[in-house]
Amino acid sequence: MTNYITVIGLEVHAELKTKTKAFCSCSTEFGSLPNTHVCPVCLGMPGALPVLNKQVVEFAIRTGLALGCDIQKFNKFDRKNYFYPDLAKNYQISQFDQPICLGGHIDIEIDGVPKRLGITRIHMEEDAGKLNHSGATISTSDFSSVDYNRAGVPLLEIVSEPDMRSAEEARAYMEQLKAILEYIDVCDCKMQEGSLRCDANISIMPEGAKEFGTRAEIKNLNSFRALVRAIEYEVERQKAILEDGGHVVQETRTWDEANGVTLSMRSKEEAHDYRYFPEPDLVPVEIDDAWIERVRGELPELPAQRLERLVEKHGLPKYDASLIVATKAMADYFDAACANSKDDKAVSNWLLGDVSAYLNAENITIEQFPVKPENLGELVTLIKDGVLSSKLAKKVFAEMLKADKTPKQLVKELGLEQVSDEGAIAAIVDEVLAENPQSVADYKAGKDKAIGFLVGQVMKKSRGKANPGMVNKLLKEKMQ
Amino acid sequence: MKVTVKDVEHIAGLSRLTIPESEMEKFTEQFNQILNYADILEKIDTEGIEPTPYVLPISNAFREDVPQPGVTHEEALENAPAVYNDGFKVPRVIE
Amino acid sequence: MDLYKLTAHELHDKLVSKEISSVELTENVYSRIDEVEDKVQAYVTLDKENAMAQAAKVDAKIAAGEAIAPLAGIPGAIKDNICTKGLLTTCSSKMLSNVVPIYDAHVIKKLRADDAIFTGKTNMDEFAMGSTTESSYFHKTYNPWNLERVPGGSSGGSAAAIAAGEAIWSLGSDTGGSIRQPASFNGCVGIKPTYGRVSRYGCVAFASSLDQIGPITRDVTDAALVLNTICGKDEHDSTSLPVDVPDFTKALRADVKGLRIGLPKEYYGEGVDPKVKAEIEKAVKTYESLGAEIVDVSLPHTEYAVITYYIIAPAEASANLARYDGVRYGFRAANATSAPEMTRLSRTEGFGPEVRRRIMLGTYVLSSGYYDAYYKKAMQVRTLIRRDFNEAFEKCDMLLTPTSPVVAYPVDGKMDPLSIYMLDVTTIPVNMAGLPGISIPCGFADGMPVGMQLIGKVLDEETVLRAAYTFEQATDFHKAMAPLGGNK
Repeated sequence: MTNYITVIGLEVHAELKTKTKAFCSCSTEFGSLPNTHVCPVCLGMPGALPVLNKQVVEFAIRTGLALGCDIQKFNKFDRKNYFYPDLAKNYQISQFDQPICLGGHIDIEIDGVPKRLGITRIHMEEDAGKLNHSGATISTSDFSSVDYNRAGVPLLEIVSEPDMRSAEEARAYMEQLKAILEYIDVCDCKMQEGSLRCDANISIMPEGAKEFGTRAEIKNLNSFRALVRAIEYEVERQKAILEDGGHVVQETRTWDEANGVTLSMRSKEEAHDYRYFPEPDLVPVEIDDAWIERVRGELPELPAQRLERLVEKHGLPKYDASLIVATKAMADYFDAACANSKDDKAVSNWLLGDVSAYLNAENITIEQFPVKPENLGELVTLIKDGVLSSKLAKKVFAEMLKADKTPKQLVKELGLEQVSDEGAIAAIVDEVLAENPQSVADYKAGKDKAIGFLVGQVMKKSRGKANPGMVNKLLKEKMQ
Repeated sequence: MKVTVKDVEHIAGLSRLTIPESEMEKFTEQFNQILNYADILEKIDTEGIEPTPYVLPISNAFREDVPQPGVTHEEALENAPAVYNDGFKVPRVIE
Repeated sequence: MDLYKLTAHELHDKLVSKEISSVELTENVYSRIDEVEDKVQAYVTLDKENAMAQAAKVDAKIAAGEAIAPLAGIPGAIKDNICTKGLLTTCSSKMLSNVVPIYDAHVIKKLRADDAIFTGKTNMDEFAMGSTTESSYFHKTYNPWNLERVPGGSSGGSAAAIAAGEAIWSLGSDTGGSIRQPASFNGCVGIKPTYGRVSRYGCVAFASSLDQIGPITRDVTDAALVLNTICGKDEHDSTSLPVDVPDFTKALRADVKGLRIGLPKEYYGEGVDPKVKAEIEKAVKTYESLGAEIVDVSLPHTEYAVITYYIIAPAEASANLARYDGVRYGFRAANATSAPEMTRLSRTEGFGPEVRRRIMLGTYVLSSGYYDAYYKKAMQVRTLIRRDFNEAFEKCDMLLTPTSPVVAYPVDGKMDPLSIYMLDVTTIPVNMAGLPGISIPCGFADGMPVGMQLIGKVLDEETVLRAAYTFEQATDFHKAMAPLGGNK
């Protein structure tokens, strides 16, 4: 059997977080009644003209800089012509031969091995409206209804080089890109809602081949899981074709999530000929160095910088830090919790342990997590200061999930303050030593393990509140 | 002949138009007449000449990112040939 | 009194002095419309009810002693490709025959703010593609100077309305001569301003890089008054120029002493009707006698202008008219079983043959494999045409040419498309370079008006207005009234 190399390039569409659409002043708000955020411009009424939202350019520059691209000084827009009912003008205002950003890269790391993946270009364009079908799917619907609320929402199309060689790399690229877009605050990055969309160009070639194989473009990949599954499926599909002596057809395919397959989208449509030409209703955009440098100066901390900070300043292991940094909201939560804690590593452990477990169990995101970061910080500090044992801390944490109360409040309400009064603990220790002569003898005979049992007995008698460190110390002293 | 009937059909398809069969011959002929006339452009050497997509010497005509009221839902649908579920009704999207 | 024969500035004086009322004037114009519209057919839609209500409002303002704008209370006609909220705007096309705009064009907003009155919407070539107003879906318009002849186009209705006394002023749009040529055919004044002077917002696009709205009037002063109202930067049009607008009436001085007027030799070639040429030459003599300096200049790429235009304009139009798909507004063909079929049928039935031809031509020149040979080449030639003008303007302040090589020709002339296109050679280059151009009456040939075109530098409407005004003061051509003769 031949060994094949997989070649993947991704085209990502990111909806920009502007308040208004790209070429008109309609709100970009999501999920309203159909055709309520519309005007003559985005409805494509006769005579209406586009005017560019400056924030779109600003966000495009910011994105380009965050991804290490060259920002192009001269920009123009072009019309991309094709008929579709959700495209009000039946052309899309886009950028064709002179995109705003060229070059760039995303660094990923898999199993500790770093890899740099190239970005070819980024350009600005407008989104189309939405079709609501009368039936379950487009092909089973006798008619559809068009909603232009989304028409004209600004998009960045981010095109990668065909640098990825596995579904895992593609996933890492997407995760890293998503993190960066979140950090620089240009996109909501909600894949399910469509504010971050991904198409994958996939081909395979026999090992040692000089030229890439024929690629298929896979659309409708609206989750990381879909991306990975679709690539894995598509690679197998193409292998089977080649093994059978066939040829892969260059075509657009759609990912069918329910059945876990990619399906050809070929229809009777004539071959695409977009007839791009410069958009005469808009004037060029010229970006000078001062503009670029200002945006550069205002760039927030990026995921890679954050990772470094978490490792260097907060002392986290790199792997842990990378998990926290992957989601901006999680990283922000970490920072906020640390601001109120004396043990950053413990904050990280909580986030990656109990907190993540809770989020997964409840299927919510960190933004929806009921515990305020300063309270988690306080909880960690209570442990560090010996006020709470780890065991009791879990009890408190469980209560924090139920009610918005500070750990200190809960400790008091539940009567859980740790007893660190040496006299009180010594009295219990004496009691336990008296009741367990065999264990004392074992310990003295060199069986260190016996002390564990004794500690447990003291904790039991104190109903868990005795400071375990102090218990240990007193037991050892008294058995000398 | 620069374009054949088949070419005209292809262009009509891209333009979402149909040229009735009865008009096709004359249409193709007039189309060619215009394209033949365009041959005079071959006389000019435009090597290195910048194209003029914009006659104006201006750039950076921007709008601030501040929402303004558009039209009402009713106005949006006022001229619609058919309406369904608050949207513009169209027959099945796939041919 | 035949108020409909007067100019806007004369009528303004009468309104202010309370010699007449706006209601009286508007009634007078509508009774003229009732009298001659059957013959001329300048309008697609009339809006008497709103016009009369607006006139009453202006009268109330005058009665209350309020100051009024120069066009306040004076009825004007609007080309039917300029959006008027609540009033049909059809572009003389079946495609838009039922479309009532939900917004006003920028120029309409400005005119409303000045209390101007709109008589109705004027007939035009469908989507402004044509130069005879014969391609209107509704009906033809006839030249008031001889009803057997075309009024020119595409703003034929706007020009014929002025010549026939069916409006005091009007708005047209000019992509390749569509204001100037009908103005010339109807003995009117028509200006295409510098590209970017007037907002295109709400003017239904034909070729976006060429389209410009402008006035058609009885004299140069009225043209300046309308310009004063409609010019200026508009935030809704990225291509509207962020420059101050002068008071154009200040340019109206009868003085051309020392003005260097260039005569581009390519505009006086063999295609020009000798009778037209003779009238133009007389006008040149008039200018000379008034102290202007006449210089010979050359615009060597003129012969390429027509084909360049017929590549660029259809290319832009093919995209601009793509939105007419039967989905959101306008004509929708019945009985389609799919959206693509619905759009194809709606467009095939909704557009006339000339519009379909130009959409196809534009689609072709942009399509894969032909872009460089046609579209890109045309854009390069456009650069050369602009350079020609720049070089000519080093030798002169303004150019003088025939507006059209011919006078208005018979209706149903059965010319093939290319021959008709070729007649636009004198007006097209002005749009290609974005320059201001005016057509004013300068004589008659075969009983039909002859117009001369004055072309200015970018944003120098003032020089052409001054020269036009000077000529007008020295001649009587603008005072002649169309006889409404001939049998259509």
